[in-house]
Amino acid sequence: MQVMVLAGGLSAERDVSLRSGRRVAEAVRAARPDWEVHERDVDAGLLAALADNSPDCVVPLLHGAAGEDGAVRDVLECLDLPYVGSRPNACRLSFDKAVAKTLVRRAGVATPEWVALPHATFRELGAPAVMAALERGLGFPLVVKPTRGGSALGVSVVQAPQELPAAMVGAFAYGDVALLERFLDGTEVAVGVIETADGAVALPAVEIVPDGGLYDYSARYTAGTTQFYVPARLDDTVAEAAAAAALSVHRTLGLRDWSRSDLIIDADGKALFLEVNVAPGMTETSLVPQALAAAGIDMGAQMATLVDRATARV
Amino acid sequence: MSGSRLDPWVDSYAQRARGMTASEIRALFSVASRPEVVSLAGGMPYVQALPLEELAETAARLVRERGAQVLQYGSGQGDVTLRGQILDVMSDVGISAHPDDIVVTTGSQMALDLVTRVFCDPGDVVFVEAPSYVGALGVFRAYECAIVHVPMDDEGLVPDALSEAIARARAAGEKPKMIYTIPSFHNPAGVTQGPARRARVLEVAKRENILLLEDDPYGLLGFDGAPPRAIRADDDQQVIYLGSFSKTIASGLRVGWAVAPHGVREKLVLAAESAVLCPSNYAQLTVSEYLATQPWREQVKVFREVYRERRDALLDSLEQLMPEGTTWTKPAGGFYSWVTLPEGLDSKAMLPRAIAALVAYVPGTGFYVDGQGRESLRLSYCYPEPERIREGVRRLAGVIEGELEIAATFGTGRVLRDAEGPESPAPNLL
Repeated sequence: MQVMVLAGGLSAERDVSLRSGRRVAEAVRAARPDWEVHERDVDAGLLAALADNSPDCVVPLLHGAAGEDGAVRDVLECLDLPYVGSRPNACRLSFDKAVAKTLVRRAGVATPEWVALPHATFRELGAPAVMAALERGLGFPLVVKPTRGGSALGVSVVQAPQELPAAMVGAFAYGDVALLERFLDGTEVAVGVIETADGAVALPAVEIVPDGGLYDYSARYTAGTTQFYVPARLDDTVAEAAAAAALSVHRTLGLRDWSRSDLIIDADGKALFLEVNVAPGMTETSLVPQALAAAGIDMGAQMATLVDRATARV
Repeated sequence: MSGSRLDPWVDSYAQRARGMTASEIRALFSVASRPEVVSLAGGMPYVQALPLEELAETAARLVRERGAQVLQYGSGQGDVTLRGQILDVMSDVGISAHPDDIVVTTGSQMALDLVTRVFCDPGDVVFVEAPSYVGALGVFRAYECAIVHVPMDDEGLVPDALSEAIARARAAGEKPKMIYTIPSFHNPAGVTQGPARRARVLEVAKRENILLLEDDPYGLLGFDGAPPRAIRADDDQQVIYLGSFSKTIASGLRVGWAVAPHGVREKLVLAAESAVLCPSNYAQLTVSEYLATQPWREQVKVFREVYRERRDALLDSLEQLMPEGTTWTKPAGGFYSWVTLPEGLDSKAMLPRAIAALVAYVPGTGFYVDGQGRESLRLSYCYPEPERIREGVRRLAGVIEGELEIAATFGTGRVLRDAEGPESPAPNLL
């Protein structure tokens, strides 16, 4: 079996993706020593490389645009190449946080109130007037983030109206549309979903307690700056609700093989959906590897099983 | 129930490791290494201009004929033949010394480390230019020095401002230890101290009896006339001079040096031995052979011409393309120009948009320890070809225009929360 792990790309999460890719490739090699596992960046030479030496399966571990918005997967489909993970349209719906929230809410999963606005709206209607309307509609505190993208890049928590303009500038640095979401003080958890022969199963929830309060880029990728609890310190019924929410998100958005939903558990124990990842981070400090370890599942064996599933689909 | 921090040593790290965190800015620079991106960020010398065949032959000959020496430990002070040759190199900037005054180091970065290690206790004050070389700031920070930025003008470090800063530190009961300056073709500011300015800076150092650390990696890379005379050429007691072959030969060899008064030099050698035992014999002797057998001054001329052409490409395209309100320094040598953005813009906040537009620079904040520099950025012209430089400036101009629009919409170009961690690219990134 020849497996190509795609990692890198041109997104702001390139570095994270390269680390995820290296780690997964290593783990799969260890789990299946007879397989040939290569890592490959996404660049102008990729398609020629695929044509020259077509792998049996591709594992896209690209984070950010192109990797998670379905574009590269569209190309893989055109080439009839089996790959691990969700299909392009499902990726598109998931990658845009505002679209994903709309669909997930329709399916009955709670999600904090939000508004998604492009920069042009602020320019055309006047930023002060729009921000006043946002204050009225959503109130403070608010979370401001780009609608597309991950690793908390461009994310700010806004406590008061005077902080909002700078938060908007921060979000627009990473994209043209910003999501403004009501901030909920609760327990932050991530729930991985893995598809097995018996259907989709939720992994133990990972509870995230960053030292500085905000799970930002530095807190995500500096080992030691965030406390993780796996399984999360939740009552059984709340943990089940979180698992059910993640499974519902996975099904609702039509996701395949694996996903990771980020949720917030409010004071009443209700799980609210924040966002979903179709190519979850797999670095040393990432969440899905911790969940797998807590469930007693070897990461390499699990990824190899997903490769087997992908090749069996052909 | 206790959680996991994924790092069992988290409570064991020294205080000085506090700033060593994952960095959003570093993450963006990892995109800058892709060929689609015009990187005006890193300071990688254009080593492709070297006579690589001759260097290959030199290296092979060394191992073949003198393998037992080049592959062995060497002296902590550095190879004595090379130290003699370094005297010849330094004669171009007016320095006369003795081979014993020289300590060869693993790049001049190590010399910076050794000097700081030998002189600075935690809390001792080091005066640096505003802005200053990011690698020096890293060293001073690692030794827990108090770093004080001193303003510059078109001729570099301002002596009166330096005197005032020293007086303020003394009045506050602090202990001034060093003045760190890059007088020629400054990194990142791109300016050069004239002879009179150098004399006044030296005068302040002498009057206040504070060590002057002169860092001169670019001294031979001036585009007009003779290389500027080093401050060390006029005082061998007050000044420690740092030199480097990184820009005149090859950065990958990691060969630099310090010239210091004999008492200091003794300590630097002992400090070097405890840090690395000895600098690489292989690298030193490669440099030594190159200096002995190749027309190295002619090669420096080649480098000068390469960088002059690129400097011209940068300055011309900045002139043609930059939005109103943008200003920049006009370097007469070296690798860098320092750009000041139109009022209200923030170079650190703008970087993700620049990377998305496939152009990279280093935000000005990386060259300060106190949060200054938001309105500025450093552009390097040393590595990309002139055409790529023009394309990079075109992209950057578009990014600045877009940023001006955002700033006009929201009444600010600043972001709410600052990214943490290192703000300059890793040395192997463009």
